[in-house]
Parts: sequence; C-alpha cells; structure tokens
Amino acid sequence: MGKVIENIIKKRWISLYVENEIGVLAKISGLFSGKSYNMDSLTVGETEDETISRMTISVTSDESTFEQIKKQLNRCVEVIKVVDFTDIPIHMKEILFVKINSLKDSEKEEVFSISKIYGLAVIDCDRSTLLLECVQTESKNNAIIKLFQNSFPNRIEVVKGGSVAIEAISVADR
Amino acid sequence: MEIRGTELFVKALREEGVNTLFAYPGGQVIDLFDALYDAEGIEVILPRHEQGLIHAADGYARSTGKVGVCLVTSGPGATNLVTGIATANYDSVPLVCFTGQVPTHLIGNDAFQEVDIVGITRNICKHAITVRDRKDLAKVIKEAFFIAKSGKPGPVVVDLPKDIQQAMGSDDYPKEVSIRGYKPSTGVHIGQVRRALSILNQAKKPVFLVGGGVNIAGAGEEFTKLAELTGMPVITTIMGKGAIPTNHPLYIGNIGIHGNYAANRAISECDVLFSIGTRFNDRITGKITEFAKLAAIIHIDIDAASISRNIQVDVPIVADAKTAIIKILEEAKGLPVSEWTKEVRGWKEENPLGMKKYEGMTPEIIINKINEKFDDLIVVTDVGQNQMWTTQYLELDHSRKLLTSGGLGTMGYGLPAAIGAKLGNPDIPVLCISGDGGMQMNIQEMATAVCLELPLILCVFNNSYLGNVRQWQEMFYGGRYAFTSLATRRSHAGRGGAGTENAGIENADIENVGIENEGIECADTNSARTSGGSSSCTSDSKEAIKGSPKYSPDFVKLAESYDAIGIRVETAEEIDEALDIASKSKNTPVLIEFIIEPEANVYPIVPTGKPLNEMVID
Repeated sequence: MGKVIENIIKKRWISLYVENEIGVLAKISGLFSGKSYNMDSLTVGETEDETISRMTISVTSDESTFEQIKKQLNRCVEVIKVVDFTDIPIHMKEILFVKINSLKDSEKEEVFSISKIYGLAVIDCDRSTLLLECVQTESKNNAIIKLFQNSFPNRIEVVKGGSVAIEAISVADR
Repeated sequence: MEIRGTELFVKALREEGVNTLFAYPGGQVIDLFDALYDAEGIEVILPRHEQGLIHAADGYARSTGKVGVCLVTSGPGATNLVTGIATANYDSVPLVCFTGQVPTHLIGNDAFQEVDIVGITRNICKHAITVRDRKDLAKVIKEAFFIAKSGKPGPVVVDLPKDIQQAMGSDDYPKEVSIRGYKPSTGVHIGQVRRALSILNQAKKPVFLVGGGVNIAGAGEEFTKLAELTGMPVITTIMGKGAIPTNHPLYIGNIGIHGNYAANRAISECDVLFSIGTRFNDRITGKITEFAKLAAIIHIDIDAASISRNIQVDVPIVADAKTAIIKILEEAKGLPVSEWTKEVRGWKEENPLGMKKYEGMTPEIIINKINEKFDDLIVVTDVGQNQMWTTQYLELDHSRKLLTSGGLGTMGYGLPAAIGAKLGNPDIPVLCISGDGGMQMNIQEMATAVCLELPLILCVFNNSYLGNVRQWQEMFYGGRYAFTSLATRRSHAGRGGAGTENAGIENADIENVGIENEGIECADTNSARTSGGSSSCTSDSKEAIKGSPKYSPDFVKLAESYDAIGIRVETAEEIDEALDIASKSKNTPVLIEFIIEPEANVYPIVPTGKPLNEMVID
C-alpha cells in the first residue's frame, strides 16, 4: 500500500467558526500550545450572528501535522466548523500600524511618497512623527515593514493585527 | 415552577439515572450537600481524598459502562481531581465532575478557595464549563452528561458558582440535546468498510490489533465472532485485553514494550494490520518507523484525530467499534489464513510467557492462583510492574473485567478504582493488584472501603521498590538505583537511597528494623490473620523478627489499623489459604501483602527506541 503523503512545510490557513463564549479563545490557543503546534497568527471577532465568532488562524506546517490540527480543532465541543483555506481562493488582509519617529522634513516627504506607492494612509502626525495605517496582505505588510526598517532604523514602532480571511467570490487575493 | 439551583441539580441527577455520587463536601458546595441530604435513591459516597474520589468514580464508570459522577468543592477540592481527570481522559472514561466555585461576583478576585478549574483542566478533559447564569444550569448539566458518554467518552467538568446553586429559576430539565459543534459519528462509511475488506481478502498474514475502544463500545462479543469468521490471529493492547477471551485459540497476547514474543513478532511480520480502537501509543509501537512496516493498515476509531496521528493509515474508518464491527460482519468472509494463524500460535507455544529466572512466590504464580480461584472477577491494577504482570498473566473472558490506568499510568489508581468497581458491581468479586508504592499513594481509601463494608481483595506485591523504574535502572542505567528503594533507612543509604548498587533488602536493613521495632508487636506469618497470632520482637535476633515487616509500612498492621483484615504471604504455599480467606470475607476489605522477589523483572521488554521484534526475552 502506498503511504506517500504531502509533507511539504508551507503556510496554511484555517477559518474557524466557534461559540462566542468566555474561554473559547483560550481553549483554541491552549490546544496549539499543548500539542506543540506552531501558530503564526490568530485573529478572532464576532460574526453576523453574535453567538458565533470566527477565527482566522495561520500556521506553517507539513500536511500531516496540519491534518492533525484540523482534527484536533474539530474535536473541541465549542468549535462549530473548521474550514481549510489552503489552496482555495480567499481574500486575506491584516491591519498594520507603523509609527515613525524623529523624522526630518525631508524624511517626511519620503514617507509620503512611499505611502502613496503602497496605498498607506497617514492617519496621525505631529512635527516629527507620522502614524501610518495599512490594510494589506500579510506578505505585503511584511515587505512594507522591511522597507521602513531599512529607511528609518530604530525609529519605527509596528503593530500588526493578525490576518482575517474570507472565501473569494471571483477574485483571489493572498 | 421556580426552584433553587441545588434542587435542580438533584433533579438533574435523577433524570440522568445517577444513583451513586462520589462527593466530598466543602464551603462552596455545602448547599448542594444540603439538598442531597434528603435525596433518596442517590447514594453519596464519601472517600477520604478527592483524588481517591475521582478514581473511584472512574472505576465505577469503567466497570459498569455508566457515567461516573463527582462532586467536590472549589479550590483544593477541584485541583485534587486533576490527576483523575487526566487519567479518565486518556482512557476515555465518561465522568461528569461538578466543582463548586466562589460566587460569580467574586470570580477573578482571588477569593478564598477560588481557582480557575476550567482553565486548569481545559487541556485534560473532553469539555469544561463554568455555569454563569442560572437559566443555563439545566442545559449545561444535560449537555455534560451527553458529551461525557457519547462519541469517544471522556471527563467533563462543570463548575458551579455558589450563587448559581442558590439562585431560583425554572425547574425544567431538557429531554434532548443539540450542540451545534458536537455531532459524534454514529454511522459507518460502507465504502471504507468494503475497501478494508478488499485489502483483507488479499492478505496472507493478517492480524487484528484490538485496543480499549472495543471494550468501551461493549463490542467484545461481536469482535470475537469476527475473529472466528476470518480466522485471523488476535493481538490486544493492555486496554483491549478481554475483548476476546484470553483462552481463545485465536488470542495471541499483548503487544508492546511488555508484549509477548508472538504478538510483537506477528505485528512485525504481518501484511495487513486490522486495528480497532487503539491510538498506537508509543508504549505499543516501539520504534515507530519499524512498526508493522510490511503491513497495510486498516484503522477503525471513533476519534478521527486518533487516525494517522502516530501511524499512517491506509484505510481509515471513523466509527464506533461496535457499529463498525457489526457492519463488517455482514460483509466479511472466512480467510485462507489458517497456516499463518497456526504459525503465530506456534511462536506463542515456543515462547510462552513465564518467569523462568525466579523461583518461589512469583507474581506469575500469584496471578495464576487468582485465575484458578475465581470464575467471575473484576481485577483492578495499580501502575508499575504489578500492572504489567497482571496484564500478562491474567485470564479474562469478558470486557470490563480489567480496569487499569493505561494511558496516563497513574500510581494510586488501584485501591480507589476498586472501591468504585465494587459499588457498581456488588455481586462480583473485585480484586486489586498493586505494588507497595502505588498502594501507599491512596492508602487512605482503606477507610472508605471499610466504612462502606466492601469485601475488596487487595493484593499488594511488595518488593520494596518502585519496581518498574528500578528495572529500567538495572537494565539501562548500569544498576544505579537512584531513589527507587522504598525500604532503605537513612543511616544505611548512600546517594540514591538504596545505598549500594542492586541493594535489595539486606541484612543490615532487617537488623535495623528489628532495632527500631524493639518491644513492639510483630506480625506472625504462621497466622493467616496476624491479629490472632502476634509475637514479640527482640532487637538482636534476626530469627525473632522473621515475619515482621521488612519494609515500611507494615501493610498488615496498616490494614488492621483501618479495621480491615491484613494477611502477609511469604511463600507460594500460603497463597491459596490467603485467597480463600479473602474470598470468604463478606463485608470487610482484605489486604494480602505478598512479599515478592525485590528484583524480579518484567519480560519480555522492548528497550526504548528499538523495534518490537528486538525485545529482550529474559
């Protein structure tokens, strides 16, 4: 019998419908830590039904571990549905705030230029500080962070919100 | 009608058919106990420690197939359940554990005896929930019982804040349960069954591997029919033992690191492994890459997460074992494998289990005497060598007749679980086999057994060591008995407690005991019940202390101090009489202390990291 399974380690996505109750987030995150599954990000929020929350979880794992993760999640009484987003068209975005400190005027100009190119919004400022907001894919956000880190070393503060994802209707976006 | 939460709790127990409640009072459950005071038809069992309590509920559940129910107070009462919850979780035992909690307005305030028991147990139980609103109480309890016993059974924790217990609310108790995230599998995928059978029909060397899932599903009878229909050899895990009678010609034995030669070899050489209700724990697989590496693997399990977790499976079937076996019986046919089965049986006959190295009163002889003495018996084990010997030598003809902590390996399980088993099966003799280490871990439950007037037969295999670890130290750590001797006195101990390598019970120890016991009464081994025939010790005569406790504690005196019967057995000739006395006891526990060879080992053994077929025979 063949026992060949795909064991490529790659980024994988799960969307989880869970009961919107106290302790459910702890249960899910505790499952990952308890079983030593490596979680990249987890976001959670209420859905159109206030009794249900939806989680978006990204992991980097091989196929067999990922299968186990899905099965273990399915075992949780509070988990209503597990949707595997791996290899299916989705829209995925994460929110990113970047605060850049100690900017000279010329540097501010540079930040405005970069913002225009990458579609960032400048949402707050004072004389030497700019606060940018960005809603992009995780990989784009990472690229933007890298760019600012190189341009303004030790002067940036970053807050990422973790990814949210939904099945695509016609156009996929990762 | 409006009733208090406590009254609803009692109503819920009645609705769920609970007539035995294992409970220990405390401040946050005092209202519940008050409500139970007048609750006729619900017997409240009061163990001496919450750990004993939950193991008793576990033994009750395993031996009856019913849900075991616990009630303890908040804080330490709840945390004392933790080991028992994990034990039950590993072995899929249905329990509902009610824990008292501080009133909801105090939760999070570090109130007296407040702990987040739901948070603590979240990863070691099937489900855990705090009731935060009186209107949810009935629904939560109903769901708890449903979750505990359905699908893959397991423990459920229901945390009950004091104000919820006291609050008035509806007396409705739901008849139905619908949980949108929990739909246990009830059917069998017929396509997968046919795929499995098509592989099986081509097999030349197939074997069945049966785990605890078959016993939990009560599918022993159906499985035995399937084994007989196919003619395949049957191998069990220790949790699966009893699924087919052990004297059945198709039964080969246990698999695993202490499995028998034929079973481990058959797994290594089979071409189809038909496994039912096992999760391929590392104690049974040995070196995982070598496990059944020639075989196509079929795996039936009710828990999808148990399939292809440790061993990659070719044909998964997610189903209850009984449902699946019945379906398979409809489609299966006899296989031309009698030569293979005969070959495997031949291996068993050529390499029988047996303690060849040891003479006198061996665990093998004791267990064989137990086999001879009782027709119908529930055997509970503790954990350690006593457990391995029992699962090797015990003869069984039914499911639910062997209770043992297989997954977690919980020392201290035996005595309290035996109490629960006896309460659930008052007409069947219940015998517990434990070591001197495990027995001391919940010895306080002797008082429970005495007060409940339970005629338990408690066999303590006393070798003065934590024997399993000592055996590993002997075999794999150069004989350095680091802290595994339970007998050595401080004045004689070297580093590690045992003093010297391979230090068993030496003369110095015996003399020392004599000195320390000067002037006190000693047990007389010539008397079955020592209280009737004790003699005085002298400090300087080894002869005079013959029969006195070589180890600490003196289990005979300990039993007697609880008002139980204590018997010490030091020779094989005394076994029969002791078991006879014990089996005649009607309402008193009898503890038989068997003084066994201190350094007797369990064989075969598969060293860590080795494949099953590289076992050390003796």
